Parts: sequence; structure tokens; C-alpha cells
Amino acid sequence: MNKVLFFAHLRDAVGEEFLRLDAAGKSVGELKAELAANYDLPKMDSVMTAVNEEFAQDDEVIQDGDEIAFIPPVSGG
Amino acid sequence: MNFQISKEPIDIQSVIDKVVQRNAGAITTFIGTVREMTKGKKTLFLIYDAYEAMAVKKLEQIGREIEERWPDSQVAITHRVGRLDITDIAVVIAVSTPHRADAYDANRYAIERIKEIVPIWKKEHWEDGEEWMGNQLETVAYPSGKPEEADLNE
Repeated sequence: MNKVLFFAHLRDAVGEEFLRLDAAGKSVGELKAELAANYDLPKMDSVMTAVNEEFAQDDEVIQDGDEIAFIPPVSGG
Repeated sequence: MNFQISKEPIDIQSVIDKVVQRNAGAITTFIGTVREMTKGKKTLFLIYDAYEAMAVKKLEQIGREIEERWPDSQVAITHRVGRLDITDIAVVIAVSTPHRADAYDANRYAIERIKEIVPIWKKEHWEDGEEWMGNQLETVAYPSGKPEEADLNE
């Protein structure tokens, strides 16, 4: 199983802070596209992905137990 | 604990104290505060949210980058989360270095990097609505529309 976290406008769109789902074997890009379609997520082309708290590219393959987070453009400071 | 996310108001002096060192000739502090007017629109208050575990890691990464670029520097950063009112302190960055020019440069580098890679978001609340804010970068342009891989991880 994988924990998938959402932040900022994505959290509002999904309606949950995180989901638990089985994403092992999928690429980051595949999971992103799937969730974007299922939840009608806006502005996904500017959203980055983190796997286990490090930024990941779309071709990275997700392993069982990985924590995935979708990171919209940041606005701290 | 030089790099922290705080739900409580930030004590500026405690951040500065973390970078005091005998080899320092300068300590610069950056204090980011909540502005009322942005492009003619009045902000009532802000909500900051963070992916806390990753945000701390990315602040630590910025600290390492600074210590590599500016020898003998020390860095401490605390970023606030939760509800902040106008004039509240959102972030404090303290950098000490042997000479003053480096302390200014390294501190500027830290705040610009925070705006690139640290997973913290702010939601603006106005009289007529609210919105999560996106990229606030004022000095760096990304030709591809987002940071390159090399900019994000070590």
C-alpha cells in the first residue's frame, strides 16, 4: 500500500489530506495522470511529485510502501 | 535543530543565537512578515501549510548548500505555519559568516531557495474570497515552467 498526500489546492479538490492506495509498479507520471482524471485535479502540469520526501521525476517507478506527495508550486517565505 | 517548522510565533533571538560563532564577523537576519496590500488588494490574514517532514529536509538542504558555497558559514531557519495576521513573522533566517558580504549574499540565497524547493504554501484570505497562492518567485525564471531536477535535489 501507498500513502498519497495532497496539499494546498489539490487537498481542497480531493477533499482528503491523503489517500491510501496500491500504486506499486506504476510510474509517478501514471499515478499523477490517474488521480488527475479521477478527481478532476486542476493545474497538474505545474505540480511536482515527491517520493519518500524527495522530488521525483515522472518516470520513477513507485515501490510498495513509498509515500507519495503531490507538491503544487510552493509559496513559502 | 537549526531548521524548523513552527506552529508557534517565532522568537527571533533564538534563531540568531543558533548561528553565533567565534569566527563570525557578521550575522544577517531576514524576517519575512505578512504584508497587507498586494497589487492593490487587501489581505485580511494568511494560512500557511507545510509538508513538514519534507520541508525540514529541504531547509536542511539549503543550509548545506550555503555551507558549501560560503565557507565557515552557519545557518538557521524557522518557518511558521498556521494562521498569520498582518505584520506577523512568517520566516526568520539567520546566517553568520567571517565577513559581512557573504552573510548578506548567503541570506538572500536562503530566502530565494525557500521559494523554489521548500514545500510550504500560503492561502490568502481577502474580504471577497480566498485562494492558495502558487509560485511567488520574483527573481528566478524557469524556461520549462518549473524547476529542473538539478535544482531540487542534491
